[in-house]
Amino acid sequence: MEQLFMAMATIVIGVFGCVAYFFFSNVVLDSIYPPRGPDAGRNIARAALIRPWLFLMPALLLLAAYLVYPLFVSIWLSFMDATGDNFVGLGNYTWLLNDLKFRESLQNNILWLLVVPALSTFFGLIAAALTDRIGWGNFAKAMIFMPMAISFIGAAVIWKFIYDYRGDGQTEVGVLNALWVALGGEAQTWLTVEPANSFLLMIVLVWIQTGFAMVILSAALRGIPEETIEAAILDGASPLQIFARIKVPQIWGTIAVVWTTITITVLKVFDIVLAMTNGQWGTQVLANLMFDWMFRGNDTGRASAVALVIMIMVTPIMIWNIRNARKEMR
Amino acid sequence: MDNIAGTKSSLVWAVHLATAALVLLWVLPTIGLLVSSFRDRDQITTSGWWMSLFASEQNIVYRAGAADSQQQEGTLWVIAGNVFDGAGGEVKAFGVNSRAPSEFAPGTEAPMNDGVTGTVAENGDYRLVSPVAFEGRSPRLFVTSVTPPRFTLDNYNRVLFAEGIGRAFLNTMTVTIPATVIPILIAAFAAFALAWMEFPGRALLIATIVGLLVVPLQLSLIPLLKLHNSLGIGKEYVGIWLAHSGFGLPLAIYLLRNYMVGLPREIIESARVDGATDFQIFLKIILPLSFPALASFAIFQFLWTWNDLLVATVFLGNSADQLVMTGLLRELMGSKGGEWEILAASAFVSISVPLIVFFAMQKYLVRGLLAGSVK
Repeated sequence: MEQLFMAMATIVIGVFGCVAYFFFSNVVLDSIYPPRGPDAGRNIARAALIRPWLFLMPALLLLAAYLVYPLFVSIWLSFMDATGDNFVGLGNYTWLLNDLKFRESLQNNILWLLVVPALSTFFGLIAAALTDRIGWGNFAKAMIFMPMAISFIGAAVIWKFIYDYRGDGQTEVGVLNALWVALGGEAQTWLTVEPANSFLLMIVLVWIQTGFAMVILSAALRGIPEETIEAAILDGASPLQIFARIKVPQIWGTIAVVWTTITITVLKVFDIVLAMTNGQWGTQVLANLMFDWMFRGNDTGRASAVALVIMIMVTPIMIWNIRNARKEMR
Repeated sequence: MDNIAGTKSSLVWAVHLATAALVLLWVLPTIGLLVSSFRDRDQITTSGWWMSLFASEQNIVYRAGAADSQQQEGTLWVIAGNVFDGAGGEVKAFGVNSRAPSEFAPGTEAPMNDGVTGTVAENGDYRLVSPVAFEGRSPRLFVTSVTPPRFTLDNYNRVLFAEGIGRAFLNTMTVTIPATVIPILIAAFAAFALAWMEFPGRALLIATIVGLLVVPLQLSLIPLLKLHNSLGIGKEYVGIWLAHSGFGLPLAIYLLRNYMVGLPREIIESARVDGATDFQIFLKIILPLSFPALASFAIFQFLWTWNDLLVATVFLGNSADQLVMTGLLRELMGSKGGEWEILAASAFVSISVPLIVFFAMQKYLVRGLLAGSVK
């Protein structure tokens, strides 16, 4: 209980601290360059140059300390040995290239990148198209969207129960094995079956991300100008044709946004693999490999090198995002 | 619009059915675990959760009460009791021999070894009658029974008070609340500057923030852990509050700036003409008007910090006073892998809060998603 009080106290101190900082820094600025008197015009102009930085200061400090500075330290550490004390040049990277577990992770990550964004966007698009046409669409949307609120670990528990295996002639209580047995198969410990297990893990993320894709795509579909659809109807297009040839081409931009956003999530996926297989049986991925080397391997050099590989894979999307954002601002 | 097209009724049906199938597919995994969290371990391991609403047929092997519980009735010795031990159920058939476990109908008298006769009534009451006193191990009864659907809250009782979920719940709250509130204010000021103040370098700053949106957390973990350790906040709540605030800032600034840019220029200009300072404009006009965007971000940050495992594992310890629910859930998955009743109940305690927030504030969440994905 006392730690909750501590948390509350922190909120109060944090909030008042922030407000006090912003208030007093503004007061100080105004007293240095008072916006009245003979020099009022010049003072206001000078204060206007400084004031934005007063407003930005706390955010910039936090961003610099928690995102920018670590980026450079990570690059530095990736050229150092396990303890970060001795320079090893490209040692960690040559190790990466020859490490079997790294190759497996890279292959799996590429597989994840191909499968998860594609399936999530596909299901999201279907869900958006369907739910926009019916009366209980909003309820259906909420249900499909719901997994977004569930933690990856919670989702891992939910799905591990589905993949559960009992064997030895006991009743199978996992849905997958129950169905499999009902169809005449033999119960399997699914999470150890390569390469099916990687796909079973991907399904969990698809299940979570489809709702996100649906929400964004549904808004985009509704934003399509009605004239184009009216024209298509007059020309005798069927509902399916309208969807595939008129609507989808008009929301390619949004589909790309959804796709890249899910791609970023996929590159960082970690909890699901950690909780369900911990990278065993050929399911390792980069983010979990990095975590492994950081916590179990205690090798900051190798862990940083793996993290940088993730960063390199994110970079093209980052550049694309920045270019799009700049285009939009103009 | 679609209605004007004279949609065929068969197509309408197809849409309804397809949607229903999709919804079922998406909801059933969660329902499965939810239902299981209300069943006891025997039920979970002997029948699938989808059978829980139906009466289940079970084969019970019951060892009758020990010899010292026998009572003398006239010249006969009797052991009596109930094969369900009071849990309820209905006997369909019983037997006294493992080779014929359902030989007798309930209520009939079955001959056993040594002149003993046994009978099991439909409600589970059994009676073993012997001409001589029982000795040694008491005989076994084989019962085929039908148990009505039965649900229990015991699992929740156990995880909340015995398995440490209750404590982990408090820890998670401790992490989440400040980590949600603190970045909002900091981001709001920065977003205001980026949206409504002219200064050199503004475009570059915005581009940097868009870039930082996607920087993987993995990159920050090791350097920050080293930094926190050297500052002495390596395993402290202060450390994780700062970390979550830092990691949440790019999205916060981006969301809020996009929203604030869209606010009507006239209001701000006229306030300036009336002599309001930037600080006053921000506090009295921008902040109240930006409430929807603030709410959107607050929900994002809340869900993200509540559901986070990675940051908590790195910046907090494993002790009872620091372990958050996701961390505990992960530990339980390792140590109690087969005890689904514990896992299911724990998982539901941990996802209940985000689900409530989700259903209560869905509107803001959707709005935030639409504004937050880089277009």
